[in-house]
Amino acid sequence: MGERARTLTRDGFRRGAGRGTIGLLVAAVALLSMGALLVGPFPLGPFEAIGRLLDAIAGRDAAGDAATTVLVSIRLPRIAGALLVGAALAAAGACYQTLFRNPLVSPDILGVSAGAGLGAVLGIFLSLPVAAIQFMGFAGGLGAVALVGFVAAAIRHGDRTLILVLAGVVVGALTGAATSLLKVLADPYDQLPAITFWLLGSLAGVKGEDIWPAAPVVLAGLVPLVLLRWRINVLSLGDEEARALGIEAARLRLAVVVCATLVTASVVAIAGVVGWVGLVIPHIARMLVGPGFGRLLPVAALLGAAYLLVVDTLARTISSVEVPLGILTAVVGAPFFLWLLARGRRAWA
Amino acid sequence: MTRLQHAVLGLAALATAALVAIVTAPPPAQARTIVDSAGRSVEVPDTVTRVFAAGPPASILVYALKPDALLGWPRAIRGEERPYIAPAYRDLPETGRLTGRGGEANLERVLALKPDLIIDFGSVRDTYVDLANRVQEQTGIPYILVNGRFEETADSLRLVGQALGVAERGEMLARDVEVTFAELDAILADVPQESRPRVYLARGPDGLETGMKGSINTEIIERAGGRNVAEAPGQYGLVRASPEQVILANPDTIITWDRNFHRAVWSDPLWAGIEAVQRKRVYLSPTAPFGWIDRPPSLNRMMGLKWLAGLFYPQRWQGELREEARAFYRLWYHVDLSKGELDGLLEWASGRAP
Repeated sequence: MGERARTLTRDGFRRGAGRGTIGLLVAAVALLSMGALLVGPFPLGPFEAIGRLLDAIAGRDAAGDAATTVLVSIRLPRIAGALLVGAALAAAGACYQTLFRNPLVSPDILGVSAGAGLGAVLGIFLSLPVAAIQFMGFAGGLGAVALVGFVAAAIRHGDRTLILVLAGVVVGALTGAATSLLKVLADPYDQLPAITFWLLGSLAGVKGEDIWPAAPVVLAGLVPLVLLRWRINVLSLGDEEARALGIEAARLRLAVVVCATLVTASVVAIAGVVGWVGLVIPHIARMLVGPGFGRLLPVAALLGAAYLLVVDTLARTISSVEVPLGILTAVVGAPFFLWLLARGRRAWA
Repeated sequence: MTRLQHAVLGLAALATAALVAIVTAPPPAQARTIVDSAGRSVEVPDTVTRVFAAGPPASILVYALKPDALLGWPRAIRGEERPYIAPAYRDLPETGRLTGRGGEANLERVLALKPDLIIDFGSVRDTYVDLANRVQEQTGIPYILVNGRFEETADSLRLVGQALGVAERGEMLARDVEVTFAELDAILADVPQESRPRVYLARGPDGLETGMKGSINTEIIERAGGRNVAEAPGQYGLVRASPEQVILANPDTIITWDRNFHRAVWSDPLWAGIEAVQRKRVYLSPTAPFGWIDRPPSLNRMMGLKWLAGLFYPQRWQGELREEARAFYRLWYHVDLSKGELDGLLEWASGRAP
């Protein structure tokens, strides 16, 4: 407790530094986005690109013009998608890690990715159109977490958190098994490759019309988290301490789980299963600004956005074909994370 | 006639009968040695009546050559595929795949079907050779590997025709393949590479999955006189393309069998600027009973080859699709299509799937 209290106070002292970090990160994300808009296999000089963009904003876009299509219909939605997905996964990861007071927790802990995977795979198995596959992914993610919630609520004894996590593991395993069953039953020459690619995650096909429905849902999940961030901070001290400070832990925990699930499910639905971001980015954020959730949430979200933007830009440029995101996030992230750990300025606190 | 004469005549008759019996009786079951496409020498029984197809491509090969020997489909024939398979074979049981992606067939169940022979049609690389040897040792059932590359189709038909004891049918189908290939070669002889259609194979519901040039899934493009736009040295197999790369490649022809993609492509701004879409050259392949261009990569591609030749070279290719489809389904799939079924197939091939 003494250690905790000290960390919190230290976090208070670091508030000014945190604001500076956030400012820097916002600038970095903006710059990276501009840069990402200019790279890609389609040859497009920076001045031409800016000219096209201004034309498009002014409504003077020539229909069917390839360069404009590349900029406005492909790169812009894709960059928006990378920012949205990265921010959402990292924010959800930060929430769960704080909630469960455990650094090994990722947004998948309550089965949201497994559920979304099952929903989307079922959609592919039934040969549904893309929008329907995405919706089934979203619904599957919510459904899995709801199931975890019901199971945990039905068990009335033992450590609440532990039961929630165990229920998440069980539901995750079951949905994983159902997904594997569908893979076995799927047409190996048609559906199986599509399923495999989906489960590896990709933003290759993201369009404006995918972002528009997902963004409000992500915001609807993020805004309450931002508003509640100081209370969630208290939650990390444990239920009894929280109650002593006049906060109803169970209710707050439910709110956090619902919000983080909404956020995760909506982005997994458009990007597929992108691992690693939600696990590691919160750690890096914590190394930068400490464990206080008030700072952690925005910094993790911004870092996640920047990280996934960089990774996705690599995914679409380093090879003549797309590299699945799930592979790159790990390959790029793991050595970087190890390096950070080795420098070891701050341990998990 | 004396008694002696009677006896002699009787003996002679008996001897003749015995001789006839010896000559016409089936010889005792003995094995022949077949050298398969991987160079393995396999002892195959003289009469093969029960064949287990290790995967979907092999099942089509066996079905085309000797349908009575086919023990089951790796994947049951369903729904709209049924009218295009002869009635006697529509309801063969589902046996699962022994090799390839997601092998799942249970060896015990394979044995319970008492096959004389297991056939795999596709890759003959080391993994598959090893797998074939293991299954053969474990079950004692001869297992032959047949090369599934498109160019090898005629040889593969002859090989399996011999193995199944239907060498004449194998020879006839092989000749049919060679005639089609030769006709294509003749019309393609003076078409320079630059003026051949640039083709993109769109797979998956968003059309962004494709097969690289040189992979078994796209061989048909080059064989029909097209150029696959997905080309990168050293890369094979199925990949995900980014829309930007598709725009950059700007294919003038897109082929697919995904109905969702085919329906969506016309109104999708991403695809709107692509030459193939502007020129209305996005073609939907029928998939009954099997895909025309792939899915699986087997003999079914011979139908797609004629279809693509007609689409790529309408001036040069002489065949008339309706007649080609009727003849192909009769010769290869043992079905006489009714007018309605043929209409359905042709509608499908012109973009209106059932």
